[in-house]
Amino acid sequence: MKYVDEYRDGKMAKQIAENICQAVDADKVYHFMEFCGGHTHAIFRYGIPDLLPENIKMIHGPGCPVCILPIARIDSAIELAVEHGVILCSYGDMMRVPGSRRRSLLKAKAEGADIRMVYSCSDALTIAKDNPDKQVVFFAIGFETTTPPTALIIQLAEKQQVKNFSVFCNHVLTPSAISTILESPEVRDMGLVPLDGFIGPAHVSTIIGSQPYEYFSQEYQKPVVIAGFEPLDVLQAILMLVQQVNNGTATVENEFTRAVTPNGNEKAKSLVADIFEMRREFEWRGLGLVPYSGLRIKAKYAEFDAEKRFTLTPSKGKDNKACECPKILRGVKTPKDCKLFGTKCTPENPVGSCMVSSEGACAAYYSYGRYQLK
Amino acid sequence: MCLAIPVKVEKILADDTAIVDIGGVKKEISVALIEDLAIGDYVIMHVGYALNKIDPEEAIKTLALFNEMGVLEQAIDDHKTHDHKVQE
Repeated sequence: MKYVDEYRDGKMAKQIAENICQAVDADKVYHFMEFCGGHTHAIFRYGIPDLLPENIKMIHGPGCPVCILPIARIDSAIELAVEHGVILCSYGDMMRVPGSRRRSLLKAKAEGADIRMVYSCSDALTIAKDNPDKQVVFFAIGFETTTPPTALIIQLAEKQQVKNFSVFCNHVLTPSAISTILESPEVRDMGLVPLDGFIGPAHVSTIIGSQPYEYFSQEYQKPVVIAGFEPLDVLQAILMLVQQVNNGTATVENEFTRAVTPNGNEKAKSLVADIFEMRREFEWRGLGLVPYSGLRIKAKYAEFDAEKRFTLTPSKGKDNKACECPKILRGVKTPKDCKLFGTKCTPENPVGSCMVSSEGACAAYYSYGRYQLK
Repeated sequence: MCLAIPVKVEKILADDTAIVDIGGVKKEISVALIEDLAIGDYVIMHVGYALNKIDPEEAIKTLALFNEMGVLEQAIDDHKTHDHKVQE
């Protein structure tokens, strides 16, 4: 496939890896965080750690919307389907994520709830039109990449007056999560998570552009390189970060110029701004309450807001105590540090969210990590 | 979750939709988020929506960037080999 195959060339990967090996200063250790789950997945799938010199450490960030959704929100989604009897439409990624008492959407479906897996939010609107006597709720999750389609569908539902359709909004924002990591005591004071630079998200940045990352490079003096999700993109970004660290610079560079511009997709951004507004705070698994990190539906579209249409019981769902997902999401621990990893917690029978999504660090370690040389 | 793939626009339809080619498979997607779309453009598709156009010139530049360094390294290596041979 064009724009895919040429960025997966094995020979070129070895060449870039060789360039990295020559560029690194043997006396330094480089700690880079890939924020996005898409990068975590690419790093493991293509065996990138085996190509890197020993003194480059990749830290996996919290950029997987499935992994960071707290148990309480999953409980609410299950409540919508079971207690309120709605047809709940969800992206496939969410189906097996365990909520309280390890209940999941898939288990609720097996018990008789009408939960349907959809590829696109437009499928959810179609289901609403096909079932006018039922309430249909779309379980919206995702970062800036997935938010514009949800905004479009709310706009369309209003235009077409689809009265039995609403959205359970769980959209979250990348820049506020990066701020939280940089502000966390583990990074700032305790030095538990040394961070020398970030690989910036690929598809999130196609929407928001490269400009929002300028703040991190200026305020926290950390270099950011926005990279595509293909292996050569990731390797090239690592090389660019190494060069920045060596030169003592902290700027935003864009490796993914074929799809990311400084301002991003203006049409998508203004649509999102029309439909959504920031929540004062939103809970993230692993990060806790993060200020201004989540979106809710604006009052003028309140009729399409499932949280306004249905009364939801606040859930006190807590993570399994032995599960290290919260620390893994903050980069403090790796999946191999978790007692449950690969034994009690596997992709087939996950305990924590990082094992569910293919972009979660645990799932990536489980699926590909065993082939790693080191 | 944020994974998306490059697809080629084959036909532009009414209501902001288009038929795209995904490695041989044809699919109707929404192009409501894209301005100035033309047949033959590549777009990044995510959950049935085109998010952005791919800039073909920038794509070539990035490939050239990988290559440039490679060619440079190769040139240095060649030079070294050459010097080595001369010394012999």
